[in-house]
Amino acid sequence: MAEQKASTSIEAVESGLAAQGYIASRQIATAVYLSQQIEKPILVEGPAGVGKTELAKAIAAWRGLKMIRLQCYEGLDEAKALYEWKYAKQLLYTQILKDKLGEVLGGAQTLHAALEQLHDFGDVFFSKEFVEPRPLLQALEQPGGCVLLIDEIDKSDAEFESLLLEILSDFQVTIPELGTVSAVTPPTVILTSNSERDLGDALKRRCLHLHIGFPEQRLEERIVESRVPNISQTLRRQMVGFIHEIRSLDLKKLPSVSETIDWARVLVLLQATELDTEIVRDTLNVLLKYEADIEAAHPQITTFIAKASRSNVFG
Amino acid sequence: MRENLHRFFRAARGAGVHVSPAESIDAMRAVAQVGLTDRTILRDALLLTLAKSQDEKLALGDCFDLFFSQPEPREERPEADNDDDASEDSDQLPSSGSASEAGGGQPAGGLGPLAQMLLSQDRNAISAAVASASGAASLSDIRYSTQRGIFSSRILDAMGLQRLRDDLDELATTNPSLAERLRGALDALREAVRDTVSQGLALYAREEAENLRNEILRNAPLARIERRQVAEMRALIRQIARRLRERYSKPRKRQRRGHLDVRRTLRRNAAWGGIPFLTAWKRKHRDRPKIVAICDVSGSVAQVSDFFLLLIHSLHEVVDDVHSFAFSSHLIGVSEILEKKSPEEAMAEIMSKVGFGSSDYGSSLVDFEKDFMSTLTPQTTVIVLGDARSNNLDPRADILRRVSERSKRLVWLNPEGRLAWGFGDSEMPRYATFCSVVRQCATAQQLERAVSDIVATYQ
Repeated sequence: MAEQKASTSIEAVESGLAAQGYIASRQIATAVYLSQQIEKPILVEGPAGVGKTELAKAIAAWRGLKMIRLQCYEGLDEAKALYEWKYAKQLLYTQILKDKLGEVLGGAQTLHAALEQLHDFGDVFFSKEFVEPRPLLQALEQPGGCVLLIDEIDKSDAEFESLLLEILSDFQVTIPELGTVSAVTPPTVILTSNSERDLGDALKRRCLHLHIGFPEQRLEERIVESRVPNISQTLRRQMVGFIHEIRSLDLKKLPSVSETIDWARVLVLLQATELDTEIVRDTLNVLLKYEADIEAAHPQITTFIAKASRSNVFG
Repeated sequence: MRENLHRFFRAARGAGVHVSPAESIDAMRAVAQVGLTDRTILRDALLLTLAKSQDEKLALGDCFDLFFSQPEPREERPEADNDDDASEDSDQLPSSGSASEAGGGQPAGGLGPLAQMLLSQDRNAISAAVASASGAASLSDIRYSTQRGIFSSRILDAMGLQRLRDDLDELATTNPSLAERLRGALDALREAVRDTVSQGLALYAREEAENLRNEILRNAPLARIERRQVAEMRALIRQIARRLRERYSKPRKRQRRGHLDVRRTLRRNAAWGGIPFLTAWKRKHRDRPKIVAICDVSGSVAQVSDFFLLLIHSLHEVVDDVHSFAFSSHLIGVSEILEKKSPEEAMAEIMSKVGFGSSDYGSSLVDFEKDFMSTLTPQTTVIVLGDARSNNLDPRADILRRVSERSKRLVWLNPEGRLAWGFGDSEMPRYATFCSVVRQCATAQQLERAVSDIVATYQ
């Protein structure tokens, strides 16, 4: 029974994401489904431009949740990611409340008594009103849940990872002055990484590990179809085939899905009906981002187009 | 099923995927969610929860395919030797799903359950029985290939081989043709069990076997390892390098403050009449290792030098800079070759340039002093790797003394055992007087310790 539900639910995830224009492979859909069911973050790894960030956006749009994004960079710290005290507001309030303070403390005879009264007064200046929530705390405070995207976690320092551990495993943070803040509704957390550095085992252990590679030809065609609907079928097949040939080359930066989509748009703009050497040569800079790569690909263009068209006939 | 998953986790560990208890709990929860009916989903779910990198995913995927290939009856398995039964057999297969269905129209009165099962040719039932019997014989405990026989016989016993033998004896007199068929089926069963055990060995024993092999390899003399082991040894050296990098690349945040700096404190507080409001402290200076490696690449030492250079040059994160020199009869700098080329190519090139000569420590040291003495700084550790057998030529120990004076430490690694030092043309005792440390370095383990100690002195 439950098992039957699982496979239909995974299909539901797939179609739900597809409705948002994100064509997910079976593995991606399984990961999204599992992360909801067992409340675990997903760590997405893969080359740039295969739709890691896009996945988080699609999930947010599909489930009608707010997306909170935390872009990681070197030097990102607690104050920018988690929370910060509003120092200026604290100072301002103490100034404004000076008179009031005088009144409160007026009755005290001795210094000791004044101190006692101040204690009773409580830690007004370290209360919720003076906390400036940053993305991580914001995500925990969303009443209806949200999608928290922690983008390019590999760019942050190793210390920052440790900061995330509490949030990732228990969906809570501890602020020394206030205590522990737990999530109202556990957010769906997506972490992305370009594998610039190896992440710590502790972080990886807390996540589902999803690797998104370059998609298969069929899947990529469907992606192009969903993103650039007004491209003809023959051209779509040809260009995707051509890109798959290009990826077999030893290049500095292989073209990924985002480049495929860009190229499809360019080809539609140029009103191309099918690939030829001329048009590919003119638009190659959309696909390849390094001069050396373009030079390496140049002599192969004609053969690749021929191959792509041939596979087209059989496909 | 829990039992099966646990066995899968063990198999996964065998395949080199680190499965911690917490991860196995996650995997259990995930499996409880997705269920077992759809194998691709189960596979995806396990891969998502257990594997933590792309390599692990590949290894785990293979492991999954191997593991769950068990319950499926394989097509080629020679269940029936009687060829005329083959067609009937395949017809029968889909209809007889359950294991309890026995006999199937055969004259099977008074036979044991195993005999009945074998005669009924029910592949599903047989493989299910093999699987449960291998569970009973705790096949997952298998560790070495030599245990194959004992596990096979345990499984067969658990399936009721004894009863089958009795049946066979009885049938031999009453129904010889049936006995013949049964004997054929038994042979096929033995084969199936042997396959199962081999598969179990592949699944569960890999980790153990690998550990054992690594252990042997670590303690094998580097100079005498066989050609086929060279690649494995390179992998092992890379592992060692990774371990050393992890241990030493991150300087521990240790207190770097030293003693009170009296002079600077006085100067800083001159404005207050010398009353020390502000204190100044000396800082302990720590530098990263600078290494000059001088390696003998003649004859017997070449292999050791090869691995040593590979190790030293893979310590980028730990070591500030490495200058490597190789010599047999004369000396050249080889850092550039080692940095640019793959280990195999680099070694081949070095050998073609200076290798295979008879070693002459004296003239090589002269070469070093003449051209490369300037690479030495007071922070440098000089490592000489060689057997100090100079073919009775002048050892020029005086140059080694000057090298020692110019550098922080001079470490001599000798692949030969201590006993051999000083005998024949070995100049080791003479050189040893100028060395900070002399140690034997014949195996990968000794190599690791030596390099580890050298790096540790800088921490």
